[in-house]
Amino acid sequence: MKFGIIVFPGSNCDADCYHVIKEVMNQPVEYIWHKENTVAGFDALILPGGFSYGDYLRTGAIARFSPIMPAVIDFAEQGGLVIGICNGFQILLEAGLLPGAMLRNRSLKFICKPVFLKVNRADTPFTNHMKVDQVVRIPVAHGEGNYFCDQNTLQSLKDNGQIIFTYCSEDGQELPEFNPNGSLANIAGICNIKGNVLGMMPHPERCSEEILGGRDGFYIFDSMINWLEEVGK
Amino acid sequence: MKEMTYKEMGLLDEEYEQIKEILGRQPNYLELGMFSVMWSEHCGYKNSRPLLKNFPTEGPQVIQGPGENAGVVDIGDGQALVFKIESHNHPSAIEPYQGAATGVGGIVRDIFTMGARPIASLNSLRFGNLDDERVKQLFSGVVAGIGDYGNCLGIPTVGGEVYFNPAYQGNPLVNAMCVGLVNKEEIAYATASEIGSPLMLVGARTGRDGIHGATFASEELSEASQEKRPSVQVGDPFMEKLLIEACLELIKEDLVAGMQDLGAAGLTSSIAESASKKGRGVIVDVSRVPRRETGMIPYEVMLSESQERMLIVPREGKEGRIGEIFDKWGLDATVIGEVTDDGMFKVFEGSVLVGAVPVEALTEGCPVYVRKGLEPPYYRECHDFNIDNLAECDAGEALSKLLASPNIASKKWVYNQYDHQVMTNSAIVPGDADAAVLRIKGYQKGVALATDCNGRMVYLDPYQGGMMAVCEGARNLACVGAKPLALTNCLNFGSPENPHIYWQMQEAIKGMSEAAKVLGTPVVSGNVSLYNETVDGAIFPTPVVGMVGLLEDIDKRCQMAFQDEGDLIILLGRAREELGGSEYLFVCHGVEKGSVPEIDLEEEKNLINLLLSLTEADLVKSCHDISEGGLAAALAESSIKGSTGFNVDLDFKGSRKDRFLFSEAPSRVVASLDEKDLTAVRNLSAQFGIEISILGKVGGNKMIFNDHGIEFINLEVQDAAKIWGEAIECHMK
Repeated sequence: MKFGIIVFPGSNCDADCYHVIKEVMNQPVEYIWHKENTVAGFDALILPGGFSYGDYLRTGAIARFSPIMPAVIDFAEQGGLVIGICNGFQILLEAGLLPGAMLRNRSLKFICKPVFLKVNRADTPFTNHMKVDQVVRIPVAHGEGNYFCDQNTLQSLKDNGQIIFTYCSEDGQELPEFNPNGSLANIAGICNIKGNVLGMMPHPERCSEEILGGRDGFYIFDSMINWLEEVGK
Repeated sequence: MKEMTYKEMGLLDEEYEQIKEILGRQPNYLELGMFSVMWSEHCGYKNSRPLLKNFPTEGPQVIQGPGENAGVVDIGDGQALVFKIESHNHPSAIEPYQGAATGVGGIVRDIFTMGARPIASLNSLRFGNLDDERVKQLFSGVVAGIGDYGNCLGIPTVGGEVYFNPAYQGNPLVNAMCVGLVNKEEIAYATASEIGSPLMLVGARTGRDGIHGATFASEELSEASQEKRPSVQVGDPFMEKLLIEACLELIKEDLVAGMQDLGAAGLTSSIAESASKKGRGVIVDVSRVPRRETGMIPYEVMLSESQERMLIVPREGKEGRIGEIFDKWGLDATVIGEVTDDGMFKVFEGSVLVGAVPVEALTEGCPVYVRKGLEPPYYRECHDFNIDNLAECDAGEALSKLLASPNIASKKWVYNQYDHQVMTNSAIVPGDADAAVLRIKGYQKGVALATDCNGRMVYLDPYQGGMMAVCEGARNLACVGAKPLALTNCLNFGSPENPHIYWQMQEAIKGMSEAAKVLGTPVVSGNVSLYNETVDGAIFPTPVVGMVGLLEDIDKRCQMAFQDEGDLIILLGRAREELGGSEYLFVCHGVEKGSVPEIDLEEEKNLINLLLSLTEADLVKSCHDISEGGLAAALAESSIKGSTGFNVDLDFKGSRKDRFLFSEAPSRVVASLDEKDLTAVRNLSAQFGIEISILGKVGGNKMIFNDHGIEFINLEVQDAAKIWGEAIECHMK
């Protein structure tokens, strides 16, 4: 099993993801420079957080034209596991692997703080070591995490069970006051219909070790590994 | 373009005469510009250099003291920390967002120029009264500027301080600190150039922004300052991020002989530095400098302070590989000149020589002024102020007011806009302790960082206040369990030409030096920012201290939050009553006077060593130093952070309650511990000669203060948390 971390110019959580996969999850991992054009040999891809191309034009808008992206899209379409975190989520939206778009945070300010998320499904490659309705604490750090889509898309996200994480209170109430950025329906993370591509604004790599104040993020990576191992059998 | 006179460039008559003497002729416009920026206070330290000599700068832990781009200290295992703090006050006063953003950019470049990976940023900010609309604009602009720049770079902003006082109304302070981690053998130094070495310029193109920024930073702010807005540079953090990655790759592969960032005074300064080795000269062709604007004259090219540029002196034969690395990161590198052997700084435009001055005249030749300080009349008057004439305020009301003061209230409105977790090293995040703590991946150790300065105390007594800033920095580190190693400082003062201000500088530096000597924390880098004045007068003298420390075992780090019901709360240090300079006098009486509580440096040192022994032995469960708001605020903050109440019984020994509760006298800490450890804590305290008093216990959901069993403050933790937590946010709505 090998993880690949796509590095765009301006990515800045690439090393954090690398650290978690290698040192915490003890799995093989390599960086993939955005100018490459193949992801052959990798079992899961991480599009890390950061400010690819300085967020110029629009978050993720330039990165999605990187030479590596056709290979990422191809990998996803063949069922490969792809997780986009923060800027990675924004890139997945721009690349059309996930529906919808990001707006600036309701407050128009960058927000960095821990938030509570409700886990809505526990049968996906990313959440199979979590429980339905479980509340996890994972930090966000973004200026544009205000997820938006039209009503039809929202309805289909709901109908297809694509809304994986929603912002909530410590006891799981999905109320607007616990939504840090104003996202539609308190959406914090969604997957594609097949369930093999996940985009999420919160940073699981920032809370996978006790020393960083919690390890709820660990279970997302652990779920991916478990899923890959099961499929491997 | 209208040409400036030498006076408009900030040069004095006698300095102009000196330049004529050096050159043996009239300088041309370009040469005059080069001299004026290099001889500005900002670049040449001409007023402060004689005073800076007093700082202790050596110690076994010091790898590099002042004189390089940043200071370096040893943290064991072949690793070192590289750090420095720098001001961007004047630019931020007129263009807060870009001024603050480029302040971060500049200090970050100083760190990776040394070959270090930047791992943390801190900042120290001062603004006027937060009720003022302009102040709110400045505050929110500065915070957004710092955040957007640092966040984009992926360097966590892990700590700092923010104060509000009318003394900073028209002249905010924006001091940015950056800390980097480097393997000792990879430290890069600036001056290593050999004759014939090419000078490569890389990064952003050169524009007209920032011309004379260094000069502008070396004069008072006035109405006309708004017209200097073009002196403020515009930042591009994405470009800086690319430069960081590319330059660190160059250093990893050992491809460069010298590296300089382009900061104040732009090409002029960085090129002069790269040729500062005795006898070296330099030629540069401005026509080769990539521009972002047309029609720039040599003067503009040489003085531009366009951001995100680096000057590289390649190792022989490595230009090709360097080009490949820059190409990978999409950066353009251009050879613009070379090192020569004639000691002259020659500027060409194509084949035409447009300026020639001796390198040494620009750097070493900068005039130095030893001025005379004069004790200002306010000093005695404030010192002799009798607090007994003030009525005692209701203690509970006073505490609530203090918790709502933006100087004491939670700064989460600020740090929630900073990415403080990227790089996944932040073991103590902002707001949770007196200092930030970062792990060093792969090791058990950690580093702690803090910035400190109480400008009001320094104003009232620069000598004591200067000591206090150093001591508080060291104490903050000790509270989290880190041994203080060394410090950097940013000396923010008014005009040194005013003898009263010069006296403040003299006294503060004297106090800081003494404290740094006794505590064994030498000054390894720093920056001076003078002329922080408006028509309404000078700022409070604000010599900000940035301190770094080392935890041998990061698992023993200590936070400020009370932990468990029933834990004992103790005061380490003396019960003190001095109210001079306190936030209480300011908030509850509108008074900024009084004699500043004195520091006994030996006592401070003993307290710090005691704290290190206590955390090392895992004997305390929380630790919080007493500063703004005194003992009462320290208790309240530990309670709010721990979401638990407390009940304390205090012995006022017949004296006024407010004195004891709100005194900001130094060398004191509120800690909590498991009762079973009391004997061990007592023994250690006795060993270090530090007084210990038991104040009460953690528990419940109220903050209860008793005077010999009679309750006199009863505050719901939840209510206090709301007041303290939302005060700044309420101002900013």
